[in-house]
Formats: sequence, C-alpha cells, structure tokens
Amino acid sequence: MTESALSIESYRDVAPRGAVDFLLQLAERARGRRFVHVNSTRVGGGVAEILRRLVPLMSEVGVKAEWEVIKGDPDFFAVTKAFHNALQGYDQVFTDALLQHYLEINRSNAERLDLSGDLVLIHDPQPAALIERRPAEGRWVWRCHIDLSTPQRRAWSFLRRHVLRYDAAIFSLPAFAQQLPIPQFLVYPSIDPLADKNRAMEPAEVSRLLEPLGIPADRPLIVQVSRFDRFKDPVGVIAAYRMLKRYHDAVLVLAGGGADDDPEGARVLADVREAAAQDSDIHILDLPPDAHLTINALQHAATIVLQKSTREGFGLTVAEAMWKGKPVIGGATGGITAQIIPGVTGYAVSSVEGAAHWMRHLLAHPEAAARMGEAGRENVRQNFLITRQLREYLSIMVHLTA
Amino acid sequence: MRNPDAAHAARPFALTGCIELREILGRRARDERELMEEIEQAPAESIYYHTDSVFLRRPLVASAYPNDFATWVATQIRDQVLAERLGMVDPFLLGNVEDLREALLSLLDDHLEHLNPVPRVVFGDPFFFVRSHLIEIPTGLAASTLPALRAALAEVDVSAIYLHALDARSRRGIPGGQIAQWIGEELGLDALAEQVGKLNPYVGGLERLREQMLALLDAELGAAPAHGGDR
Repeated sequence: MTESALSIESYRDVAPRGAVDFLLQLAERARGRRFVHVNSTRVGGGVAEILRRLVPLMSEVGVKAEWEVIKGDPDFFAVTKAFHNALQGYDQVFTDALLQHYLEINRSNAERLDLSGDLVLIHDPQPAALIERRPAEGRWVWRCHIDLSTPQRRAWSFLRRHVLRYDAAIFSLPAFAQQLPIPQFLVYPSIDPLADKNRAMEPAEVSRLLEPLGIPADRPLIVQVSRFDRFKDPVGVIAAYRMLKRYHDAVLVLAGGGADDDPEGARVLADVREAAAQDSDIHILDLPPDAHLTINALQHAATIVLQKSTREGFGLTVAEAMWKGKPVIGGATGGITAQIIPGVTGYAVSSVEGAAHWMRHLLAHPEAAARMGEAGRENVRQNFLITRQLREYLSIMVHLTA
Repeated sequence: MRNPDAAHAARPFALTGCIELREILGRRARDERELMEEIEQAPAESIYYHTDSVFLRRPLVASAYPNDFATWVATQIRDQVLAERLGMVDPFLLGNVEDLREALLSLLDDHLEHLNPVPRVVFGDPFFFVRSHLIEIPTGLAASTLPALRAALAEVDVSAIYLHALDARSRRGIPGGQIAQWIGEELGLDALAEQVGKLNPYVGGLERLREQMLALLDAELGAAPAHGGDR
C-alpha cells in the first residue's frame, strides 16, 4: 500500500490498544463539521509533512477537513522568514513597508480562500493576519509550531495584536506560551509511524540502504540525525564520542542536511569536518531533504541515538529514534525533555561529559539499553504518534464548538 | 456463593474514555518557595493535571516519580529529599483535590522551614503550570456480566481504565473505583470487588493495572491468564 493510500485502519497495529476505536467514537461528535487548516506551503517542512497525512485521516473519520495554502511573493516570504527568525530570538530588522506588505498579502489571500469553517486552524505566523477577515461564524485557533520562548519584542508585538483576535492558541511546549488573554492549549507534535521515515524495516533492508554509505556494521553505532546547525552541537557530539572511544570501539554517524542553501549550515559542516579530523570511524553524511529511508535505516541500525542540542524547538528526531526502540541521549532543552523520561527511555544531559558518560554506561549495559529502547517505543506509541495528535485536534474542535 | 459466569447486572456497566486537553496557564516557579506559592493559588484542575492525570500520560511507562512536582524537584532543582517526599503523596488515597493541595503545601512548608537559602533552578527549566480539561467520551462498550466486562476491559482505550479505576477514586470519592463498585453492587461478587478495588496503581502504568485487573477477573472466571499490556 502506498503512503498516500493509508487509512485509519492501517494504524490499528501501531497505535495503542483501543485507540483507533476510541478515535472513531470521538469523531462522531465532530461528524460533518468543517475543519479548515491554513498554512504557507503544501510541500516541505514538518507542518506540511504532518498535514499531508492528517487531513485525509480527518476526512476519513467523518470531518469535513480542508487544507488551504496561502500564496505570496518573494518579498512576503522574505518578511515571514525574518519573522520566523525574530520570533525565535534572532535579531532582525523590519521596515514598516515590509510589515504593510505582509498584511496586504494576507488580505488578498483572505479574499481568495474559503475560510468558512466550524474550526479554522491557522498554522504559524505566515497566515496569522487572515484573522482580520474572519467570517462571523466559526472559531479560529492559531497553531504556533515554533519556539516563542524568547521572541524579539517588535516582531512579537506586531504578531500579538493579531493573535489576540483568535479564540485560542496552541503551542508545542509550555515554555513557548505567552501572556495572552485567550486560552493557550498544549499539543505536542507527532510522528507518522507508517511514513517512510518511521516505518518498520527488516535488517536486510537496513543493510542494503547503509551499504553504499560505507558504515561498518561490526561495532556499536552512535547516530545523531539533525541539520548542521550550531544549536544541534555536532562538534560537541564529536568531543563526547572521542571520550567514549577511550573505553569502547564505536562508530559515529552525524547525518544531516541544510548545508546547501544555508551559508551558516555550510560553515557548521566545515567545522564538523575539521573536528572529525579524518577519523575514519566518524561518518559525516550531508543528506538531501528526501532521504527519509536512509534516515530510517540509520536510526534502525543505531545502538544509541544522540540529540545533543543546546537549544531545540521540539526535536522530533528523539521520538523517531525511540519509535525504533533506541535509547536516546539528548540535550536537556526544549521538547527533548518532554520526550525523554530520564533513566527510563534515555538521558537528558547538559554537557559533553554527560553525553559521554551515559554512552559509556549504555554500551557497558546492553540489557539496560534494550529495556530503555522498549520503554521509549511505548512512550512514543502513547504520546507522540499522529493518531494522538488527531485525537487532540478533534477534541479541541469538540471543546470549542460544543 | 454466586457463580461469576451467571451473575447478570440489572444496570450494565458502560465504559467511558477520556481525552485530556491541556491548557497552559502561564504561571511558573523557579524555586521551591515559588512552587509552594503557585500550588496554593493554582486552579484545582492544575493540581489534578500535575498529580492524578500524570497516569493518563504515562499509561505504560512509569517515571521514577509519580507526579510532576516530584519529577521537577528531582531533575531540575535536584533536591532529592523533597522529591522523595512529594513522590509519596498519593492523590488516590486523599479523595479530593483540595485535600491533596493541602498535603502538598504542608509538606513543602515543612521542608522549607529547614532550608536557607531556598533551592532553585540553576541550569534547568522552570516549572510550568498546566490545567487539565477532561473530555469524557462513551466508548460504545458496555457489560452486564463478568465475562463481558473482561472482554470490554481487554480491548478498551486505556483512558477508560484511568477514568473508572483512578479518576473515580480521586475526583468522585469512590474508594475502590467504579469497576470494583459495579462488580460488588451489581454482580454481588464482593470478594472480587475488594480485590479489584485494592489494586495498586503504582505498578508501572495503566496498562499494567489493566493486566492485573484482567488476571483477577480470569482467576474468578477460571480462565487462562490474560495477556494484557504487551503488544
């Protein structure tokens, strides 16, 4: 069965026991109501990736689910990119003309799109100003997928006056919420367990996918999958790995992307290569954005997965790794701490030494590592699968439109 | 003695599940005194979220500590003594949220009396207060006999186990929970009702609780042991 043809029934084998039937019962309360998602792209990025699966599932369970995408010109996307960065705490400059352009593009989209719905869920800042033209009927909710914990003041002040007009907002972590006079709900993002990036893989398929990469299969494999970004601390991972090598003969894989179209990413990748210093046991893979099967195979092959970020939005690579039954050592930041149960599914660390210490511990205690892997998979089954996110979106609809 | 296979209830037991909507309150604590002050002022649904309904979010995998307050104190403040004491506060024995709040406050007050300075977060995250909105949804499953109850409990969404077995104790003041109550009152199986009502929720999550419940029902029905929990 192709990915796009998967139905809710396909999730019975991976979701918690009884969860699909319960979801269908919940959906009866929302049957026939119109649930409109609006974002800024149909392809690329985590939001589009999850909507591509979530919207058909919503329709299948009886909700009139629609997915609208706003259109903009390069100036619009330049200002929304700057918004994105500023809201995550980076210095950005906005001219009044750019902000005005952002509003105009939102107004023209509001004219073009059908925004009538019982619940209209606006994803991220790009379409947030559509709220200016909301119809009289229906409830509007702003879904923020980004880290708003330390926003640049001017960007947030501008956006805030739009957010205030919504009926509610949704954030991925409590730390991202703001002082707002509207209800702010907490909904964790999720992974799709049946997507190429996360589906089950037999060892032979894993070997076939990894063989061209030249990664040895005869020693413990430490894997970190993330963009080449300083906040993911890839150089810190190499330092921790060197400490580990004093005690265990292991192999390190740093797999990521983002170096092609991002000058900063290219600089980080150069630093990582320099830190690796021709060590043949350190494999640095600059992967294309669609290398889902390769990433899946790497996570399946890993003995331990790292996500040693020093700053993180949610960090769904942690859930992806736990879903493959791997113990995860992650930086004690952002959503990583919401996913790892310390000492049960992995460890949250605050230093290079912490990462090295727990890697050494897990390699010396493979039975403990296996237990953690199993616990991690169950933790993901209960809390981080798309079926849980679907359940929460439907329950927000039921709650707000009752 | 009543035959457990034949006992038939006049009132069927309808299983209801629940979904927890989580509302971020914007209140936070950075040290143990602030934690105490916020617990004093937080809505009851927030105290409930950080204690009782932790079980709903960890149905199979138990953390080292059974409530968010103890976990935060242990992992972010790193005050093991307070974490251990908070970890032993049992919402399911207290029967209502206000008694639970009072127990937490007394414990914090006693602990802080002996400490100066007040332990605070240095490297970690603040404690964020969240409020629970529990939405109850009928599962469509119901039972009038013990075999039917056994079948329904084996397949129902685990949130129904939470609602009937644990939430009923702490929010509805039913000491053994609704499942035990129904077995006793409707089926007249008092000994089984007492056993089910005394099941220990601190066994590693709701799925383990479900397994234990199924094992008790199987023993009563004389059937082979149940295989609940593991997929």
